[in-house]
This record gives sequence, structure tokens and C-alpha cells, in this order.
Amino acid sequence: MRYFVEQMTLGLTNGAIYALIALGYTMVYGIIELINFAHGDIFTVGGLIGLTAIGLLGLDHAPPALVIPGVILVFAVAMGLNGLVGVAIERVAYRPLRNAPRLAPLITAVGMSFVLEGIIFLLKGPNDISYPNLLPSGRLNLGLASIGISNILIVVIAVILMVALNQFIQRTRIGRAMRATAQDRDAARLMGININRTIAITFFIGSALAAAGGIINGFYLETIRFDQGFRAGLIAFTAAVFGGIGNVVGASIGGFVIGIIIALVTGYFQGGGQWSDVVVFSILILTLVFRPTGLLGMRVPEK
Amino acid sequence: MKRPNAPAKSGIVDRVRRFEIQGLGAVGRGRNVPYLLLGIALILFPVLDSDSSHVNVAADAGHWILLALGLNIVVGYAGLLDLGYAAFFAIGSYAFAIMASGQFNIHISFWILLPVSAFIAALFGVFLGAPTLRLRGDYLAIVTLGFGEIVPRVFRNATPITGGVNGIVGIDQPHLPSILGWSGKFGFNPVPWYYLILAVLVLSLFLINNLRNSRLGRAWMAIREDEVAAAATGINTVTTKLLAFALGASFSGFAGTYYASKLFLVVPESFSFQAVSVVVLVMVVLGGMGNIRGVIVGAILIYFIQTYLLIQLPNWISSATAALNIDFLTKLDIASYVQRSNYLIFGIILAGIMLLRPQGLIPSAQRKAELELGTSEEAVADLGSA
Repeated sequence: MRYFVEQMTLGLTNGAIYALIALGYTMVYGIIELINFAHGDIFTVGGLIGLTAIGLLGLDHAPPALVIPGVILVFAVAMGLNGLVGVAIERVAYRPLRNAPRLAPLITAVGMSFVLEGIIFLLKGPNDISYPNLLPSGRLNLGLASIGISNILIVVIAVILMVALNQFIQRTRIGRAMRATAQDRDAARLMGININRTIAITFFIGSALAAAGGIINGFYLETIRFDQGFRAGLIAFTAAVFGGIGNVVGASIGGFVIGIIIALVTGYFQGGGQWSDVVVFSILILTLVFRPTGLLGMRVPEK
Repeated sequence: MKRPNAPAKSGIVDRVRRFEIQGLGAVGRGRNVPYLLLGIALILFPVLDSDSSHVNVAADAGHWILLALGLNIVVGYAGLLDLGYAAFFAIGSYAFAIMASGQFNIHISFWILLPVSAFIAALFGVFLGAPTLRLRGDYLAIVTLGFGEIVPRVFRNATPITGGVNGIVGIDQPHLPSILGWSGKFGFNPVPWYYLILAVLVLSLFLINNLRNSRLGRAWMAIREDEVAAAATGINTVTTKLLAFALGASFSGFAGTYYASKLFLVVPESFSFQAVSVVVLVMVVLGGMGNIRGVIVGAILIYFIQTYLLIQLPNWISSATAALNIDFLTKLDIASYVQRSNYLIFGIILAGIMLLRPQGLIPSAQRKAELELGTSEEAVADLGSA
């Protein structure tokens, strides 16, 4: 039981990070039907912006009282800046191709992924960069097992962000514009919605959430690497597809489910760690083959 | 292909006529002279250039051209984005390595295995394609990406069969009867390898060229341009796409056999997304999707950038900065940046080409028209609901 709880904690924690990335995939796909291949690397960039902010604020040596407001500031700065990175990429690489055949922006997206990886590689080199863990290190004893406070915090932060996002999409004017644009871009335009701005906002929010994921990932793993976004992005995309691409709640659930699956495969099978990615990508293929709409997805009408 | 300014949205009669003109032009006399000269130059190259390292570079470039030609069938002709092409290359390489090495003490002849491993790769193409090809284009891209990630991992983990991380070493080499004082052994002498890949390439070009102009090739292009319309004209889109997938995979099977045999070993790390799938895609996109000449030029260019320019440029820069003896420049250490800019260069090529010149360096006339006209509502058949 203790072991099981440990594995589940691990899975939920990783799942929270995957879910935060998956939200960006699912939002962008929902609104412009593009698999934003660069999103995994936007996640890495977000983590690095956070790392830089931590360094500039000197948070890793700061007195404990200042850490909490400092971390909140780091999140705000990194999410904002990374959002702008996402908007810039959309402006440069995707908007000019909005009316091109579908494969064109997808190839550009692969290109942007490599551009981002290349820039990080040039600036930071090929090795792991250490990341300070600013989350509290204590453990909560539950009798059967003890759970790290940091794990709980990560899941709580992620869930707060997810709920906030869902409320934003369901309740606000911009959220309604996003849903309208996703449903029928031309009709939305006729209703006076600024399509370009709405899509830009979608990219901003997706990238901001990826930055949150990037910082949390840095705290949790205590390292960051130029190419971590490739694998993380692919897993998160699997989560988005599994949950039903285009569906925000689905992506959140998908992220947690995939995280748990990886943890259980790694934890319960001999040499399972080597096979966990194979299992995840098989889930991706099988989902797409047998239920392309995912767990919660609606049937997307072919346009 | 010499008509880049074809009228937009020309009538079907005009388009058919253009097809005919192109077809005739290709077999017309006189146009073949440059190709003939190029062929002679390619045959004489190892004789004239005594530096065997150059021949070796050319022999290595050959299997990249082969890979690019194969991917071009899938991406360029049929318009299916395959992001996991490395998987089939890996399957071809490992199929050969397992059946022609000390791994299980099986030593089947290279010449038999060359078509066999291509067939195995094609079989996996069908295996992956059959359930997934009815998916929408971008979903298919992700499925292939997932498959491309799975295959090398399986090879890395299935240690008893594939040798795991260490791969398979001591792979057999082709043998020929000795002729003209040549022992018939390949070994580390690049010259026979060069002629081998040249022969395979000529054969492939002949095949692909005929395929392109065949009923099947026209069906591929019809699907690429409008899948619903193609289906409406009676093309079986699933079978046609499946054939593109299988044939594309079989070329990487050829390439894999050659690669494994020449290198003497296979390791799972050489088949990653970054090392193969993207590189070959960049070759095809840069050269011009759907155009054989473009793809060959793209492949050679990228191979040159990767294996020569990026390795030599830092040396030139560091010797230049050393000669200039400017402290500021030496401190910047530009050389180390250039050496590490592989990713960046590929990314810029992929994104830049699609944004600025989506038809590639040497465009295919049809592909160009398609990309420039471009429809916002590209029709993709959904057979799932049909």
C-alpha cells in the first residue's frame, strides 16, 4: 500500500505537469486545428525564463519569508513573458499560413520547435542545468504512507490553474470569443470578433500555462535541459488526444491519467521505466485509431 | 516542370495538356544530354578522384538521397506527413543486421536480404498504415511520430534480440565474384560501396519516375490535392495511400540494409527523430516536395551542411579569428556556437522554406500551384463516418 501510494503520488505530480502542457496543445488545436509542435519547447523556454527570474531575484538564497511572494512573482513574470513568446511564434510562423494547406503550418511548427531548441542549445549548452527547488521539502504523514508537501502543492497549483482556465473560457467575454472562433471562424468574424486577437490570446494562455508547467517541472526534477520539451511535449500531446483534443477538461484528466500510467508501468514492471514511453506512445496510436475523439472529445466536423 | 507561371485555376483540359507536354518533354531528345554527362561524371568520379575519403562521403550521401526519395513518395506525392520515417529505416537496418551477423549466427547473403529487408520495412509500413491512414492528415503525422519513437526504443530494450544499447556489431558485407583484379570484397574500401549505392539509386530513380507517371502516381497526386474529389473519381484512397506508405518504407529498407552493412554496426541511437526523421524531412522540404531533382539536391545540400560545413566552419572561423588576433572576437568563441547550431539551422530551413518558398528550392510545378493557391478549407475525407 505504501508503495502504491508513492507511485500514485509520483504519477499525479508528473501528470499535473503533463496536464499543464496538454492544455496548450488542446486549446491551440481547438481553435486553429494546428498541432503546435513547438509547444513542448515553449514549455522548456518557460522553465528557463523562470530559472533566470529566480537567479535575478536571488531567490535561492533569499530568507524564507521572501520565498513565497518571490515564487509568485517568478510565476507571474515567466507566464507573462512566455505567453508573449507563444504569441510571437504564432504571429511569425503560423498566421501567414492560416489559409495554406494543412501540412504547411505543421511543418513550420516542427521548424519552430527546432529553432527554439537550437536557441536554448546555443545559450545553455547540451547538459542538464540545475534548478533550485523552492517548494517546501517536508512530508505529510497519513498513517499508511507519507506524501511530500511539494507533491501536494504541485497538484494544487495545477488544479487551481485548470479551474481558473475553465472559468475563464466559460465565463468571460474573451472566453466566449474563443469558443465561438473554435466553432466557426467565419461566423465568429461576422459577429464582430477579432479573430487574430482571439487566436493570439489563445496562444498567450497556452504558453503561459506551459511556463507554469516548466517552472514546476524545474522545481520537481531540480534540472532543466534543452531537449526536455520534445519528450514532455509528445507525452502531453498524448494526454490531450487521450482526453479528447480540443477539450480543456479532457486534457487535464488526460494529463493525470497518462502520468499515473507512466508511474505504474515504471513502478510495477521489471525494467518498466524503459518501456513506459513505448506504452504511452502506443496509447497515443491506439486512441487515435479506435477513438480519435478521445475520452471527452466531441466529434469534430470535417471542414 | 519548366512552367512555373502556369495559369492559376486553369481548366482541366489545359491541365491535362500540360501533363502531356511535360511527359513528352521528358522523353524528348536533347534534354537528356546533361543527364548523360552527369551520369558519366558520376561513374568516373572514383577513378578521377584518387582521394578515397571523398568517395566515401559520396557513398554515405547516397543512402540519404535514397531515404529522401522514399520519403518524397509519402510526403511529396501522396501528401502524407510522415514524422517517423526513421522507424522504417531502423526496421530495415535491424532486419538486415539480425539476419546477417553473428547475433544469431545467421548469415544470409546481402543480395538476398536487400529486397527482403525492404519488404519487411514495407510490411511494417502497411502494418502501421492500415489502421491509421484513414485519420486526418495531422493526426497521421502524430501517429507516425509516435511510431518513430516506439521503434528505436523497442530495439534498445529488446536486448536478447537486438543487442540493446550496444546494438549489433560485425554485420556481414556484400560479396561479389572477383573481377578486373578486384577481390569482390567490400570492406572499408569506399569505391565498391559507391558503385553499389549508385546502382541502387539509378534503379530507384527509374522506378520512382515510372511510378510518378503511372496511374498510381497520378492517384497519389490527386489525393494530395483534394482527397474528397479523388475519392469521388473512383480512386480507392486507403489502398492508394497505403501503397505510398509501403513503397516509401521499402526505400528506407533498402537504405537501412546498405547503411547497416557499410557501417558494420547498428545502434538504436542512430534512428532518433532528430537524427533521421527530421533530417530527411528537411531534405525533402528544402529541395521541393514532389520533385525528384529537387529532393536529390536537397539531400545533397543538407548532407553537405551536416557533415562538412558545420564541422569545417568552426575551424575556419577559429583560424580566422586567430589570424585577426582581435581579443574581443576570440573571447566570443563564435566557432563553438556554429558547431552547435545544427538544430537552429534545421529549424530555420523548415520554417523559413514553408513561409517564404513553400515550393522548395526546385519546385514541382503542380505542388507549387497547389501551395500557392491553397484553400483554407482543405477537404480531407473522413472514411470513418462514411
